[in-house]
Amino acid sequence: MIRARRARLAAALAVLGANAAPAAEPPPAEIRPPAGAASCTGCHAAGAAMGALDGRPESEIAGALAAFRSGERPATIMNRIARGFDEAESRAIAAWFAGRGTP
Amino acid sequence: MCATLSGPAGTPAPTRRALIGGAAATVLACPARAGTAPRVVVVGAGFGGATAARYLARGGAAVSLVEASPTYVACPFSNEVVAGLRGIEAQTFGYDGLGRAGLTLLPATASAVDPDARRVSLADGASLPYDRLILSPGIDLRFDAVPGYDAQAVTAMPHAWKAGAQTVLLARQLAALPEGGTVVLSAPANPYRCPPGPYERASLIAHFLKTRKPRAKLILLDAKDTFSKQKLFEEAWATLYPDVLEHVPLSSGGQVTAVDPAAMVVRTDFAEYKADVACIIPPQRAGRIAVLAGCADRSGWCPIDPVTFESQRVAGIHVIGDAAVAGAMPKSAFSANAQGKVCAQAVLDLLAGRAPQTPKLINTCYSLVAPGYGISIAGVFHPANGLLADVPGAGGTSPLGAPAAQRAQEAAQGEDWYRTITRDAFG
Repeated sequence: MIRARRARLAAALAVLGANAAPAAEPPPAEIRPPAGAASCTGCHAAGAAMGALDGRPESEIAGALAAFRSGERPATIMNRIARGFDEAESRAIAAWFAGRGTP
Repeated sequence: MCATLSGPAGTPAPTRRALIGGAAATVLACPARAGTAPRVVVVGAGFGGATAARYLARGGAAVSLVEASPTYVACPFSNEVVAGLRGIEAQTFGYDGLGRAGLTLLPATASAVDPDARRVSLADGASLPYDRLILSPGIDLRFDAVPGYDAQAVTAMPHAWKAGAQTVLLARQLAALPEGGTVVLSAPANPYRCPPGPYERASLIAHFLKTRKPRAKLILLDAKDTFSKQKLFEEAWATLYPDVLEHVPLSSGGQVTAVDPAAMVVRTDFAEYKADVACIIPPQRAGRIAVLAGCADRSGWCPIDPVTFESQRVAGIHVIGDAAVAGAMPKSAFSANAQGKVCAQAVLDLLAGRAPQTPKLINTCYSLVAPGYGISIAGVFHPANGLLADVPGAGGTSPLGAPAAQRAQEAAQGEDWYRTITRDAFG
């Protein structure tokens, strides 16, 4: 029983090893959207009446989020959403959209 | 094959730790099939599945999207159709945009899943192999929950909780309501699709009665005492519909205990309501394929890992949208769309051998209480203790007592949101 399991494990590992070797280099982690960014396009995709975020300057997006968070900039809903992100998270989201083409 | 490494067939239900181990083995193994893109099958082309499939295809996966229906009829804003404020065509989306997204759209019904062999069976006999499977099946209505409310009852007493023919039927029945008639609407206990939906429906039916059906009444029978955006709805009802809408909460005997569709009678423990039009929103469960795949627990819904949306019960299968147990995140189109994108990225990461990032997700949900009068709830969610939890300090509803201009602005923003999210999901 144990021997059979060991044999299965060895076979599995052999397959794993053989398979894993030619694995393609994973794309750099930087290309992934930072936490929260994927949700933004539910309202702010290209062509959106509420304003697309792609290609907007990083400082503009990060500044808007900070102003929504503090309440300095009036809002219907973005004040409630911006409070879910700290300064570093907001900057990461801003940088992600700023790096995505033109608005 | 990835599948051979995910655990031998016939082993007992794996623990969560074992599932993670299985996932890790799969991660390493999948890029192995040199020269082939990893195969992802998505079942269900609603807000969750269509979004996930588009974002996966964009990320380079070979995606097959299984959807039996030739078009999608969206639930958000379908309460406006019920109330005669909007045509059903404004709710209907073709799948041409998905075809252009570089994925394979399969017009078929998924009938079974073999998680050990990693194959999805289709009703036409075909079998689809997958490296990872995403189920976004939405809801099934429970026709075993309210005595008398079976699958045949939906003609006399529409639920209209899956948009389409049912929505149009309810709209027609309301249009034919006699003057001074009675409409009965029932709301189920939690959890169910679209928590504020029954209350938006009550609002818009009340608007319809007030403007089109003099002396008609709406009775809202509720299996709950508290509900989403409650204070905002109640504020609006007191102002707009005091003589039209009667809300009977659970503690006043609002739970529907039986219906008689032939007699058009709705019963509670305390009363019997004779209706001219009855809309029964019954309890629900995860869509059938998720149950068949073994992803649903005894609650009827599918517990998931809050980082990857992988099923806690079946390795290699991810569940998104209304079918998933997403903790504090409500069952909404916005949630399904946000989950679709996070799940797509997690699946791409797992297939490429990267650890998925810890996500944050947003939900926003607008309700219309009258034309030009919109209210909203928003939330930000993150994984905590194995569930998606509210990020403290964020989210909440529109303010009480807001000026009419703000209500009008939110009504317009709801429309903007709908146009944007349907494009994000369906192209």
